[in-house]
Amino acid sequence: MNLDLLLPQLGEWLRSTGPDVDVVISTRIRLARNLAGFHFITKADAARKAEIEAKVKDAIAQSDIAPKLSFLSVAELSALDRQFLVERQLISRELATVLEGPRGVAFDERESVSVMVNEEDHLRVQVLRSGLALDESWDIINKVDDALEARLAYAFHEQFGYLTACPTNVGTGMRASVMLHLPALGITKQLEKVFKALQKINLVVRGLYGEGSRASGDLYQISNQVTLGRAESRVLTEITDVIQMIVTYERQARQLLLQERKQAEKDRIARAVGTLGSAVMITSDETMELLSAVRLGIHLNLIDDIPAPVLNQLFIQTQSAHLQKIMGTPLDPEERNAARAKFLRNKLRELGTL
Amino acid sequence: MVCQCCSHREAVVHLTDIVNFNKRETHLCEGCARAAGLIPSSDAEAAGEPAINLQALVQFILGQPPAADPSGLTCPDCAMKYSAFRADGRFGCPTDYDSFREPLLPLLERIHRGLVHRGKTPRRAERHFRLAALNAELHAAVAGEHYEQAALVRDRIRAEESTDES
Repeated sequence: MNLDLLLPQLGEWLRSTGPDVDVVISTRIRLARNLAGFHFITKADAARKAEIEAKVKDAIAQSDIAPKLSFLSVAELSALDRQFLVERQLISRELATVLEGPRGVAFDERESVSVMVNEEDHLRVQVLRSGLALDESWDIINKVDDALEARLAYAFHEQFGYLTACPTNVGTGMRASVMLHLPALGITKQLEKVFKALQKINLVVRGLYGEGSRASGDLYQISNQVTLGRAESRVLTEITDVIQMIVTYERQARQLLLQERKQAEKDRIARAVGTLGSAVMITSDETMELLSAVRLGIHLNLIDDIPAPVLNQLFIQTQSAHLQKIMGTPLDPEERNAARAKFLRNKLRELGTL
Repeated sequence: MVCQCCSHREAVVHLTDIVNFNKRETHLCEGCARAAGLIPSSDAEAAGEPAINLQALVQFILGQPPAADPSGLTCPDCAMKYSAFRADGRFGCPTDYDSFREPLLPLLERIHRGLVHRGKTPRRAERHFRLAALNAELHAAVAGEHYEQAALVRDRIRAEESTDES
């Protein structure tokens, strides 16, 4: 597969078409699964990992999973291609840079389903959807899991359920997360209150790229913590209820901004567009911050010349690996800042916003 | 005084233990004291063994045998030590869940506030558990000489097994 073909396209999670997409960027569900009769990854040598990889690859090829998945050996990819897949949310940072030996990923053309092999668990199945779509995502991932299970014997325990390398995933092996854009709750300083309430009901808040990553561009991922003792359907209902509440709060905060400081917000957003379109050097962090303001502007109808899908294009293509692929050459951080600024200038000029 | 264990015979063994300033008295008859291993059997007595089994006494007073230090537990399948699991939080193999079961239960309770899986079960496992339950039912029926019932259960097992092949 030539990964460069993905470059111009927006992956499923950035299509900006799903329900509540003014606040909810995307929904992700992942299932952790392990093969019976094999040690977990930490105790598996390269030969065993290769055996696991071959088994899973076979199962994927023979199963009738819809959509069709193609397999890539991550060990054989360049560092740039691995980073590129991380930015597109198709593999984890762990699989890209920390883990060693035979490991891979299978995903579909739309980038809505991905199966990582030899990550922390033998299999990490994931489904991505634009907007708030937990039930739909569950339906899809449940079917993919059934199709794989028909050809693979999973490690399953009568009391503990699906056995995983880490005790925090045992049981359902399910982590459902929803990525939210919460700029107005940030501006009105209500985020901490919301997050404290989440912790009390065992939901976790993380930054854009998952565990350990910091929140940038007002993007937050909210996910369940408990996997043992609660059925998937119950967990999904709990998260959906909470997310709908947060969406309501964010919308209220946005209305408050419009009522109380519309001019100031309009100014802030116009300046963001101005900086994006005129900077000569710009870091990825600053780009995230500014694009967050533009995203808010789009949904508050304060700007109308940048469509949401284009904003998402700028968001993904200004990330380091994407940028280097577009420029067709490896770039050091300083060169990246210059290339990013140039890319943004050109794009915004094409749109006629300047 | 009547034995506190069987509430029947006369108590002849009297134990007093004091833990954290709390005094507790236990009174047992000879039979119950022997059953708890507190006094040796008559054979051992004849062989001249000590009159009081100290280990049994401690065990009796403390209730449970003292839990073994879990850090020494080793999984027979992947050779991982419990201490190694606690150090990096990752298991070595699926069998660890049984090998480390005792110390694991409080840990899982803390993480999940639950100890029994609810939700999806792989179809394979479902069939496996269903067959195991049916087999147990069959054995019970045969043991209780309920042969008609046993025949019905056997038919259900056969039906289950034939769907397995398809």
